[in-house]
Amino acid sequence: MTVVIDRATGKRRGEREPRPGPARRLKNGFHKHWYAYAMIAPVVIVLGVLVLYPLAYGLYLTLTDATSLNTARTIGVNEIDATYRFIGLDNYADILWGPTSYDRFWSHFLWTIFWTAACVALHYGIGLGLALLLNQKLRGRTLYRMILVLPWAVPTFVTVFGWRFMLADSGIINSGLDFLHLPTPLWLEDTFWQRFAAIMVNTWCGVPFMMVSLLGGLQSIDASLYEASEMDGANAWQRFRYVTLPGLRSVSTTVVLLGVIWTFNQFTIIFLLFGNTAPDAQILVTWAYQLGFGQQPRDYAQSAAYGILLLSLLIVFTSFYRRWLNRNEQQLAI
Amino acid sequence: MSTTTVETSAADTERRPAGAPRTVRRRGDRSRAASFVSHAVLIGASLIALFPIAWLLFLSLGPDKDDYLHPGRIWRKMTFDNYAFVLKDTGFFDWLTSTLVVVLGTTLIGVVVAASTGYAVSRMRFPGYRKLMWVLLVTQMFPIAVLIVPMYQILSDLQLIDSYLGLILVNCTTIVPYCAWLMKGYFDTIPFEIDEAGRVDGLTPFGTFARLILPLAKPGLAVAAFYSFLTAFGEVAFASTFMLSDDNYTFAVGLQTFVSEHDAQRNLMAATAVLIAIPAAIFFYLVQKNLVTGLTAGGTKG
Repeated sequence: MTVVIDRATGKRRGEREPRPGPARRLKNGFHKHWYAYAMIAPVVIVLGVLVLYPLAYGLYLTLTDATSLNTARTIGVNEIDATYRFIGLDNYADILWGPTSYDRFWSHFLWTIFWTAACVALHYGIGLGLALLLNQKLRGRTLYRMILVLPWAVPTFVTVFGWRFMLADSGIINSGLDFLHLPTPLWLEDTFWQRFAAIMVNTWCGVPFMMVSLLGGLQSIDASLYEASEMDGANAWQRFRYVTLPGLRSVSTTVVLLGVIWTFNQFTIIFLLFGNTAPDAQILVTWAYQLGFGQQPRDYAQSAAYGILLLSLLIVFTSFYRRWLNRNEQQLAI
Repeated sequence: MSTTTVETSAADTERRPAGAPRTVRRRGDRSRAASFVSHAVLIGASLIALFPIAWLLFLSLGPDKDDYLHPGRIWRKMTFDNYAFVLKDTGFFDWLTSTLVVVLGTTLIGVVVAASTGYAVSRMRFPGYRKLMWVLLVTQMFPIAVLIVPMYQILSDLQLIDSYLGLILVNCTTIVPYCAWLMKGYFDTIPFEIDEAGRVDGLTPFGTFARLILPLAKPGLAVAAFYSFLTAFGEVAFASTFMLSDDNYTFAVGLQTFVSEHDAQRNLMAATAVLIAIPAAIFFYLVQKNLVTGLTAGGTKG
């Protein structure tokens, strides 16, 4: 019997039985589950080779002082062996509280937090607004919907260049602002405006996903709830507050979590919008990339250490989020 | 210009809920004003969504690389020269080949691996189940910065830098876990009775999977394939780092080559961008219905 899920309780069967000896257990387990293991073998191999091994190797690199000057490499016909040393946790200490750590880590950290919060709030707010509008019986609704998904339909690496042309010094946006006698900021050079532009472009790219997901959520809310609440004398705001929002809760928790993860990890937009020109507008991901690949010599060890720090931040956030959801008796859909 | 409009629509969002009652239309019409406001906001938002892409299209018709600074002049000298040049004298078709090889390879491996995993975690509880689910979940949120350095080292050891296989394998790290979750969600919706019936009729476990469940799961497989396809197509970081020679560039890297520090051939870049964007967008629109239902199914199911 290999299909061992117990649908009545959803519990694993193996848990309740008295535990036999380890060798016996292993044999039994293998006997009972060989089929399951055969099915997951491909993914275990893929993940092991492609994720866990590199992750372990990356962790090891963070404990060394590897750069592109002392790792093994081939120049012409000469093979040069790796000469980097094990230096323990020095990389982490240096990143977190070494000299100039504010400029190198904490300023990017704060900006990343702000970037994530602002972008997700804008995505969700605008996405929900548009979804509510599209959920009415409206002439041309399908057309609106098609046009509004366009930023999602076109690959980001294409649209970012469109924005770059628009935001350039005398591009269309500044010409337009100039025409209206408004100040014309240096979008791609001045730190504040770089950050502003990055948030703007990311908002433009990210709203369609939220809009479409929330629209799906809105359409799955039972219309009779609205009728009933209206019978009870709820006004439009109350219907929104007590019917729409609770109805959207499960889809919201999922898309917000996805939004946070995607925005926090957003590489394409900042990398392509600014290239190497904007050290202060780099979020942690792109900054780690710059350390590892955008400068000479390439600082592999520090870059990998940033990566590990980023991953820990995300894991901490996600586990708190899940715990908070569990406390509110909700399950995450993903 | 567009910034101010973005803010307007943000402000509207807060106002919207009160103005968009869902049931009023059951009792006859919404007020004309509400309908007007809805249309105005939607038209504004549509313009914002459309403009950057339309602008790219417009600039691609201007023959000079500085035309983006003087858009007015483009009207008088519109031409398709940029397109002709891109198709004839750049690596466009090399990039197309590499993109297709990488994207289709990633999709194939991703879907096959994800389907078997999804089925296993949907139907069976085995020791290590929770750990596997946890790994799948965590892997999905790996920032590229975590794996890119060790991957670079490993791939150079294996001489896989600048090869299609290397990039395909790296792309799979992000795609497989997500698709496995997706497929698990889909397999969960297929009744267990079907498996049981198959087993009773004498199919082996693998036979049940291959001959009963997979055909039923075609829509789910399609979503996973579309997702992999679009993700691999839009991938920038790994492709920019691991693909070194011009012939092997995918579109995401090739497009960047038009702007270097010394020279920016923006007219050619715009033309290339349009050539990439049109088929990509058409593909997206063809599959988006499946994609959207698939990606949010987990959420709406509650």
